[in-house]
Amino acid sequence: MVKVSSFAELETLRKSIVARRDPQKAMITVCGGTGCHAHGCEKVAAAFRQEIEQQNLAGKVDLRITGCHGFCERGTLVVVKPQDIFYQRVKEKDVSTILSETVAKGNVIERLLFTDLATKEKITRELEIPFYKKQNRLILGNNGSIDPTVIDDYLAVGGYAALARSLQRMSPEQIIDEVKKSGLRGRGGGGFPTGIKWESTRRAHGDTKYVICNADEGDPGAYMDRSLMEGNPHSVLEGMIIGAYAIGSDQGYIYIRNEYPLAVKNAQIAIEQAEDYGLLGKNILGSGFDFSVRINRGGGAFICGESTALMASLEGHVGEPRAKYVHTAEKGLWNQPTNLNNVETWANVPLIINKGADWYSKIGTRNSKGTKIFSLVGKINNTGLVEVPMGITLREIVYDIGGGIPGGKKFKAVQTGGPSGGVIPESLIDLPVDFDELTKVGSMMGSGAMIVMDENTCMVDIAKYYVSFLEGESCGKCLPCREGLKRLREILADISEGRGEDDDIDLLENLSVALVDGSLCALGATAPNPVLTTLHYFREEYDAHIKDKRCPAGVCKELITYCINNEKCPGCGLCVKACPVQAITLTGKKKPAILDQEKCIKCGACYDVCKLCAVDIK
Amino acid sequence: MGDENKELEETVGQILEKYRHDKGMLVSVLQDIQAKYRYLPKEALKQVCQGLLVPLSQVYSVATFFKAFSLLPRGRHLINVCLGTACHVRGTDKVLEKIERELGINAGSTTKDLKFTLETVNCVGACALGPIVKVDEEYHGEMSTDKVVSVLKSYT
Ligand SMILES: Cc1cc2nc3c(=O)[nH]c(=O)nc-3n(C[C@H](O)[C@H](O)[C@H](O)COP(=O)(O)O)c2cc1C
Ligand code: FES
Repeated sequence: MVKVSSFAELETLRKSIVARRDPQKAMITVCGGTGCHAHGCEKVAAAFRQEIEQQNLAGKVDLRITGCHGFCERGTLVVVKPQDIFYQRVKEKDVSTILSETVAKGNVIERLLFTDLATKEKITRELEIPFYKKQNRLILGNNGSIDPTVIDDYLAVGGYAALARSLQRMSPEQIIDEVKKSGLRGRGGGGFPTGIKWESTRRAHGDTKYVICNADEGDPGAYMDRSLMEGNPHSVLEGMIIGAYAIGSDQGYIYIRNEYPLAVKNAQIAIEQAEDYGLLGKNILGSGFDFSVRINRGGGAFICGESTALMASLEGHVGEPRAKYVHTAEKGLWNQPTNLNNVETWANVPLIINKGADWYSKIGTRNSKGTKIFSLVGKINNTGLVEVPMGITLREIVYDIGGGIPGGKKFKAVQTGGPSGGVIPESLIDLPVDFDELTKVGSMMGSGAMIVMDENTCMVDIAKYYVSFLEGESCGKCLPCREGLKRLREILADISEGRGEDDDIDLLENLSVALVDGSLCALGATAPNPVLTTLHYFREEYDAHIKDKRCPAGVCKELITYCINNEKCPGCGLCVKACPVQAITLTGKKKPAILDQEKCIKCGACYDVCKLCAVDIK
Repeated sequence: MGDENKELEETVGQILEKYRHDKGMLVSVLQDIQAKYRYLPKEALKQVCQGLLVPLSQVYSVATFFKAFSLLPRGRHLINVCLGTACHVRGTDKVLEKIERELGINAGSTTKDLKFTLETVNCVGACALGPIVKVDEEYHGEMSTDKVVSVLKSYT
């Protein structure tokens, strides 16, 4: 690779990359995101490679492995260009047909298309699928079309133009003003205005300044940062370089969870390629500005996503937070002024510079601008990543994009904000989703996990789940969090195991107040949210557990029994084989099986294995 | 034994070299050692302490703070059952219990024949396909109790 040493050279390079590409040439893109990996996309890609070679098609069709499209549930996703035919649930065996029918003859293979459940219509183009229709994929949009390990792909779609523009035509102050005017707020959870944070770090005194990208993404159930880092790492890098220039920093760090090996790999490749072109390193694009970036991997601790804990971990210490009397913008990493932003926040920056703050601030609501990526998961038909304008209602997300609840079950609630957030009940389904509205109802934006729950999700269990998670993740430095979470979990466990007492609810509420007031960092201070919101919106469910010793959702093991439904059970014996403790016996041909409650350990194996739903939970 | 120790010393030496004996890279150094040996041997930790000029207590505090590190030898295959929220609401607990019963061990331990180590993780980022069980680098999506035996059988 040749170094690009001026703005003009960058544009020449871009033009030559675009000129070398024939938009009319056939191309197959295979999604290589983590969701599709779980569906076996590697095998599909390998099969394409092999078939293309065997059928001597190398000159006629290109193969590209892209980042995550978001519609993970339907993987492996394959798009055939230039027609843009979208195939889903593609397996190895479909590969040769795609080549011989679609690529060679232009025929569409009906069975691989997406079928709209409502209209039974087959849909050929990706963006016409209801899942994508209400989305506004400003940040995720390029994920499905570029190969994240090829910098030229990013340059071909206009990549690094925002960087060139910033360095060439804007002063650091102008960039900060633009970001302030755009109304961009941090996507890592707190929603702090990004431009103001940059300004404080720029103004702070220090020998060196650092910028950090927070890709720790510890919120269980959220994976948008991972998909961005894996699928379009250059957009994050470009944002970081612009930010560093605006702040006056020459060293950046990306802190990535080690559980995300592909994100680590692709970020590393992106850094190396950007260095090769001279977009990172000394004298970037001949502007005189120096900046380099290094990757650090996390060690699987949720608390390391918190700013001060992350910085401690970067210095090689355990990830314990500190009180923030002095902000990290003044004294952060190695006691120098440090600016930390989330992956998605950084990825918004090139967009703002390219399109301008005026354009950007037209999207969204009064105090929440732009789009937000959510991971729409749990009990929902179309699971995956969705990018929507701020202010869209929960109903639109759950029903129009998500396609409602599977198996004809009833929608119960949606949880946002992860362990620091809350549960939002069905009665609030028309709530517009933005930073302030979510906070108002007791939840928060958080990093963007949206966990949909149906009638079979128990709210006491959910509260217990989050509290146990945080109990395990509490670093133990301050007492309210360390001990308080333990007690909260014990009380919730009592309730879910049938030992609940009347005054437990008061106890939960009092303890929650102590945690909010007394904790050192936001982990403890927000930890009671799942408890308080479930108590507030689902009090009757707590009462059923405490007073009637009953779990209405059929989840809490100690309060339920598995029973054979005599009318439905044909005595096929599948459950007998599945039962690990021989609690089920057959009484003869075509006669229902009998379940011995004394022996039953409530493992649920019979329930899972029965195809006729002849096992009831009571 | 002597050869093994020597090999360990050399490998750890190379890893320290790769990170230029930079204290700030302690976590990365330990990660690389663990990637190589599947756990953190005691001898290696001592060498890291000298190589990075940090107290052994700090090396141990980091090695025990982060979930991903193990101070005990692990099995040939590492099973990670995701207990993240998305997987939880889809019933991952039952899957974990089934694996525990099949292997006769609890999460956090290793089978006697050193074949499997069973651990849990909070989200591997494939939430759309929950419940997820990750074995080594392979993701098994939409797991249920009745799929457990065949998944375990596919590893030797
Ligand atoms: C317990 C805890 C965990 C956090 N985890 C993350 C995380 O995984 N990713 C992230 O970007 N921010 C996380 N945050 C928020 C960060 O502290 C910080 O506010 C954020 O990274 C700042 O970036 P932003 O301004 O772009 O949002 C966490 C905060 C707390 C208290
Ligand atoms: S919650 Fe299991 S993969 Fe995210």
